[in-house]
Amino acid sequence: MVNVVALSVFIVFFILVTVLGFVAARWRRGDLSLLNEWGLAGRRFGTVITWFLLGGDLYTAYTFVAVPGLMFNSGATGFFAVPYTIVAYPLVYLLMPRFWSVARKHGYITASDFVRDRFGSSTLALVVAFTGILATMPYIALQMFGIEVSIAQMGVPVEAALIIAFLILAAYTYTSGLRAPAMIALVKDLMIFTVMIAAIIVIPIKLGGFGNIFAAAHTKHLSAIAQGTTFRDLLTTPQAQLAYATLALGSALALFLYPHAMTGVLSSSSRQVVKRNAALLPLYSLMLGLLALLGYMAIAAGTGVTSQPAFHNYKANGAVPSLMSWAFPDWFAGFAFAAISIGALVPAAVMSIAAANLFTRNIYKEYFRPNCSDREESTVAKVVSLVVKFGALLFILLVPATNIINFQLLGGVWIIQTLPPVFLGLYTNWMHRWAMIIGWAGGMIAGTWMAVANNFASSVFTISLGNVKIAAYIAVYSLLLNLVLTLILTPVFRALGVPSGKDNTQPSDYEEEGLAALPKEPLMEELA
Amino acid sequence: MVTRTEKRRWPLLLLIIPFIATLLPFLYNSYQPELIGIPFFYWYQLLWTILGALVTGIVYWLKA
Repeated sequence: MVNVVALSVFIVFFILVTVLGFVAARWRRGDLSLLNEWGLAGRRFGTVITWFLLGGDLYTAYTFVAVPGLMFNSGATGFFAVPYTIVAYPLVYLLMPRFWSVARKHGYITASDFVRDRFGSSTLALVVAFTGILATMPYIALQMFGIEVSIAQMGVPVEAALIIAFLILAAYTYTSGLRAPAMIALVKDLMIFTVMIAAIIVIPIKLGGFGNIFAAAHTKHLSAIAQGTTFRDLLTTPQAQLAYATLALGSALALFLYPHAMTGVLSSSSRQVVKRNAALLPLYSLMLGLLALLGYMAIAAGTGVTSQPAFHNYKANGAVPSLMSWAFPDWFAGFAFAAISIGALVPAAVMSIAAANLFTRNIYKEYFRPNCSDREESTVAKVVSLVVKFGALLFILLVPATNIINFQLLGGVWIIQTLPPVFLGLYTNWMHRWAMIIGWAGGMIAGTWMAVANNFASSVFTISLGNVKIAAYIAVYSLLLNLVLTLILTPVFRALGVPSGKDNTQPSDYEEEGLAALPKEPLMEELA
Repeated sequence: MVTRTEKRRWPLLLLIIPFIATLLPFLYNSYQPELIGIPFFYWYQLLWTILGALVTGIVYWLKA
């Protein structure tokens, strides 16, 4: 059954966003045939726009769909997303201003550009670019999945609707570049905050207060113990605690290695903007924490949720759309589905732009057309952004839904392997380029192997040392292996006389405030 | 360009506080005390989204 009211509201907001996406091309007009303009919007975003863009970019369908789904299925473990997005920002404060400064000074558009210059190694740069693209693809597919569960709840044929959403996204990203998601992010965030505030007030009232919600989760906890299943509403074992902490830390380390996060940072107009956002972005983390609790609310709502179509088709991943239908009148449910779907389009657009930037700068230009013109560079990026999104669309149409979240898990394991050259590289060039390449390979192989050994069912891997069992996030184990290899092999390569690459950056490049000549914009003028 | 000569490094050490507060689950892994029906485990971490932002804000304000 198609829910006509919900669908109408949904379509109205989709049209609004599509129009905005195309209008964005004229916003703070720049020459969109330059990659710096198309892919980084001319690096002119101030504090407010950067806040919306990064918030819209980092808090994705993973936040709205997968995290509450994990809370529904596994309980307290799923709440790791909260400490994850708390500790991510002190790291941002330490690392990203340095990255911003050196990128501005040398005109870098990607992390791979930086690595190439810092370590004088195009192979290492290729490794970073390849990993970035590889890790981004399943992440874009996850965004499409977020749209899919919302559409399914409205009773619309999923494939056809997804293809339409894809075409809209592809068209405005192609014409407007990063300006489109930046402008749409404003609408997205207002919609998501509206839904969140409504949900966090209305649903607990309907369910008789937070006491009842957590009592329902505790009942599920007790029956899980009786039945030998894994749901727990606290971290009941030392293993669970270590797993929780490593999931949070590993995810936080990985977050700003993702190309779409870097793109958001580089599009900002100054180092101060980056620092201010490190203090302002946690407001979204509070929202994420409250949204995570929707998983428990879905438990408390019982058959009100489990009888809904999205839950029927997607189990726990359909919990949030199902809860919205149960709790709200059709028109507001339609608004909520539009919020989730637009919330998925913004990161999908930035991710495809970031992947396109990587391909164009660090593979196409580096290996195929070293002398290509600026115009050609920008054209290739636009086309690649289409290819990347099309790949994600095929992925979502062909691969079973549960595997999509598992691939995203692998994405985190992969991207964290670029930490030594990118993050450590912001502070030191001590590491030998070949040591980092071997460390990367070791981490990739070990991490992928552990995920396969787990049958992709969990991102936590258990190691038994005699009687002691250690359970931790796969990304953390594999990163440790990577770091140990890098640390040991660096002096080995030096001793063997393998030449280090030439560092083209100066220590002062990492501290500079940037072009002080840029006009200081009043906050509200930014929005105009 | 004039760099700020009064630039201080020590406030950066404050950034370690959110890590200690949230990455050691034994500090907060309990039901009690509850707040409006929410177990400690959950409201403590929600509270730290705000406290964590405050710490970063203070570091910024101290011009690190």
